[in-house]
Amino acid sequence: MGFFSQARLITSRDLVRERRSGEVLWVTLPFGAIALLLVPMAIGTDAPLLEQVGTGLFWAIVMLFGVLISIRQTTGETQAQRDQLALTGIDAAAIYIGRATASFVLLVIFEVVLGLVTIVLYDVPVSGWWLVPILITIVAAGLSLLGTLAASIVSTGRNAAALVPLLVAPLSIPLLIGATQALEVLDLGGSSLAWVLMMIVSTLVLAVAGVLSARPLQEI
Amino acid sequence: MISDEPLIHLASVSVRAGATHILRDLDLDVRAGEALGVHGANGAGKTTLLRLAATLIRPSSGSGTVLGASLNSESRYDVRHRIGYVGHVPGLYPELTLRENLEFTADAHSIDHTAVASALDMVGLGAASDRQADRCSHGMQRRAEFARVLMTTPAVLLLDEPHSALDADAVDLVDAIVERTTASGGAAVLVSHDRERVSRVADRFVEISAGGVA
Repeated sequence: MGFFSQARLITSRDLVRERRSGEVLWVTLPFGAIALLLVPMAIGTDAPLLEQVGTGLFWAIVMLFGVLISIRQTTGETQAQRDQLALTGIDAAAIYIGRATASFVLLVIFEVVLGLVTIVLYDVPVSGWWLVPILITIVAAGLSLLGTLAASIVSTGRNAAALVPLLVAPLSIPLLIGATQALEVLDLGGSSLAWVLMMIVSTLVLAVAGVLSARPLQEI
Repeated sequence: MISDEPLIHLASVSVRAGATHILRDLDLDVRAGEALGVHGANGAGKTTLLRLAATLIRPSSGSGTVLGASLNSESRYDVRHRIGYVGHVPGLYPELTLRENLEFTADAHSIDHTAVASALDMVGLGAASDRQADRCSHGMQRRAEFARVLMTTPAVLLLDEPHSALDADAVDLVDAIVERTTASGGAAVLVSHDRERVSRVADRFVEISAGGVA
């Protein structure tokens, strides 16, 4: 069985598990939407202010809740499940890529739904629409790779899930800043290319780090 | 028939967790065609021994081979698919059905899905194959784990408390799986507190005490 077939097998398994548990669609997604709803309730009907903060708030909530989505399968796995998975002979790097791909699919759905909620609640202007799908894709890829890597690092330690934010927060900053600044610069008539490239490089670094560390992390 | 070829070979192997020695200078050979019973008190290091033989952990010191692959080298990854390990806690995915759990393993081993149905039938779970694992009893989940072993026909079979939570039929089934493994030139290691029951299939016994063979 080739590397990508192995990764596809892991992706398929994770998506079936998610479909059955409904954790992302019925728990995390509604909480994300509620978080977006709380800010207008706190600020009131200050429409210009809501419009101004809407995009940044959307990305911040995507980062915070997206991490929960991308770590969910790995941190919830038991030692017995990890052992059986290792003994299938599936390459640890294929497991990493497969898990991250499943998280990517879920994160794209999450971002699209939250994006629509943001437009409705914050009346965000629609300039730079062509860039939004690109940013959503890169952020979903980066967050899924980052969350899967962080979860792999901490998954075998005691109370390790609590350490995930410490690992993820600093490493997600290039994605958060890149996504907000890319749209801001475009609004001001500039080029977003530098910010998008920074996000792509960050994502590629995470992919390489995850693939290279997959085997050692499997044995911790 | 027991051959001279050790499928599991451990030489002065120690496994440490921090400053604690879980296994200490352990020497052990398990040959092709042999079923070894491992006995010992709680915390003696029996499960660690099985996980070591399954290549899931590396020795802190010493050397060893499983199916010819060194426990200290990358080659151990290449033999993992030939090792069957049934721990005392089932490792099924709770959201998947029993059939889907086994199909996942079958796909990873490039085994046809028809083998899944026959393996589940053999352990008496044919009628429950479409039930989610988290809706099955502990005993049913353990049977499903043995179905996985039946399906993958491992050369090295490692069983941790294999008879616990099983009814009489399933106990006989476990014994049959062990005998089938050894008869086909494989080796089995059975860790158990129940020495009498394991002695029905084990060719010899070792006792683990304080991380070493007593």
